[in-house]
Amino acid sequence: MSTNKVIHALYNDDDVLMDAVKTVKEANHHIEEVFTPFPVHGLDKLLGLPHTRLAICAFIYGLLGLSFAIWMTNYMMIENWPQDIGGKPSFSWIVNMPAFVPIMFELTVFFAAHLMVITFYMRSRLWPFKEAENPDPRTTDDIFLMEIPVHNNEEELTALLNTTNAVEIKVIEKH
Amino acid sequence: MYQFSSKLKISAIALMVIGLIGIIIGFVSAPSTEAEVAEILAHQESHGAHGNTHATKEIAHHDAHAEEASHDAHHEVAKHDAHEAGAHTEGHSDHHLAHVLHQLQNRPWAAFYVALFFFTFVTVVVFAFLNIQRVAQAGWSIVLFRVMEGISGFLPYVSAIFIVFLVITAFHGNHLFVWMADGTVDPTSANYDELIANKSAWLNTPRWLISGIIYLVGWNVFRYLNRKYSLLQDNAGDLVNYYKNYKIGVAFLAFFIFTESMSVWDWIMGLDPHWFSTLFGWYVLATGLVSALTVIAMVTVYLKSKGYLEVVNNSHLHDLAKFMFGFSIFWSYLWFAQFMLIWYADMPEETVYFVQRFDDYKLLFLGMIPLNFILPVLLLVNSDFKRIPQIVLGVGTIILVGHYIDVFVMIMPGTVGDQWGFGITEIASILFFLGLFIYAVFTTLSKAPLIAKGNPFLHESEHFHY
Repeated sequence: MSTNKVIHALYNDDDVLMDAVKTVKEANHHIEEVFTPFPVHGLDKLLGLPHTRLAICAFIYGLLGLSFAIWMTNYMMIENWPQDIGGKPSFSWIVNMPAFVPIMFELTVFFAAHLMVITFYMRSRLWPFKEAENPDPRTTDDIFLMEIPVHNNEEELTALLNTTNAVEIKVIEKH
Repeated sequence: MYQFSSKLKISAIALMVIGLIGIIIGFVSAPSTEAEVAEILAHQESHGAHGNTHATKEIAHHDAHAEEASHDAHHEVAKHDAHEAGAHTEGHSDHHLAHVLHQLQNRPWAAFYVALFFFTFVTVVVFAFLNIQRVAQAGWSIVLFRVMEGISGFLPYVSAIFIVFLVITAFHGNHLFVWMADGTVDPTSANYDELIANKSAWLNTPRWLISGIIYLVGWNVFRYLNRKYSLLQDNAGDLVNYYKNYKIGVAFLAFFIFTESMSVWDWIMGLDPHWFSTLFGWYVLATGLVSALTVIAMVTVYLKSKGYLEVVNNSHLHDLAKFMFGFSIFWSYLWFAQFMLIWYADMPEETVYFVQRFDDYKLLFLGMIPLNFILPVLLLVNSDFKRIPQIVLGVGTIILVGHYIDVFVMIMPGTVGDQWGFGITEIASILFFLGLFIYAVFTTLSKAPLIAKGNPFLHESEHFHY
């Protein structure tokens, strides 16, 4: 018996999928992965996935952007080429700070957004020309797919999945 | 049905009584003669150079008034002149005493007015938020409708007090609004003020009083109709009342967006009649929105802690807290937008507003920013924190304190100048309106079921899950 065997159960509705995930979880089977054409609300909780830490990264990236903006405005406008800002030639960063708030805000957002996207791609192992990992191209269209590993319980799993309104159930040898 | 517990009712009445006593003490202890003012100022002087700098500033003030040019532009110049001369003539100090007398007599009025405005405005914005939910046909918030209606139930009480206040003010019962003084529009008068005279098409007492009453009565009519159809819908078999409330909501929001701005010009911006800001209406609306959402969240958390509102889950609380978070940022954005443009352009007639606040109200004016922006952002940015009632209550308290200070710093400089303080009358005014708020809101809540069961979106709201 190969341990690489998996069952693919396909669904055509997110609510049906959610109920199926509940059923499989209640029967104490491990769900390897679920492929969906769009993010399904509440699915991560149902699958017991840990909460994303991307938000923490975003906060740190935001602080980084803020710090960069403070350094940049100070270097450009005060040190390297001192500017008379708004007719107030104070040549002090803190006194001219109101003028730099929009820059600080924008760079905070810029750093948080771009670095967060890059982090997400790296964490998800996505890069240009990468071959798709989803087992069925229909999951990018309108089909929801649940992947369950088989451990000598193919009949039991198939019987269980048959009760969950799956549109298609197939056993696949994974390489 | 909610039962207004006798313990809470007694606390509310006690707050009102204590508040009323404090307010009366404030009015009785206000000085009535210039001799008393001289004594107070001598007392202040013995505590440092405060009185001295104040005197020079006031001279500057009156010099600028005497000249027909822009008061504000001359403010700085005259101040320097006074400093250089280093002398106060007799005539000036008499003038000064009269001015401080007015400020000290204004103080109990202003203290009362800050609380009156804050509570009225927050209540009407809660009602506006309820109508936004109705007009947007939002699904998540139906289980909170009765809470919002309950808070709106405070509107008739404060509006009645507000109209009495407007009438007293219009008939010179107090001197909060300097442009109402006699002779400001009369070129032959010593009081003549060209800037006010130019604005007299809007800034005149009959117009001010009549529109003030129209705003308040209008809001109350809409609130009355909204409540009526909301209660009728509870046991209705069709959606006629629901659609009526939708239309009333649309009409109210159209009425409110104009009257909100205009009431804020009349009641707040008019206190500094030389100054103007084009986004002032939005700025005060932002203060109102964040405070209104905080009040809704706090009343909801209270009712839930008493075992009511079973269907309100932590997703509803999360979304209320999200609004508190979002509107805190919105307020900061408008506060800064108003400040930065004036700071950048640096025109005397505009900067005067901020100069006065930096000189005399620095701690409050700058202390607002951590209270209204930094703390709410840092404490509510986490999604899990938004679901914890204790955190929502804690941040809510910070927000309400911060925005009360905001209103305080909007009203006080134009009415009492640097003679401000935070004493018995200021605290008593808050207690009085807080007591009245609790009494009115929980009475309204106890009169109808806490769930608007006739609303077609109720089911969606009960199962709302973020």
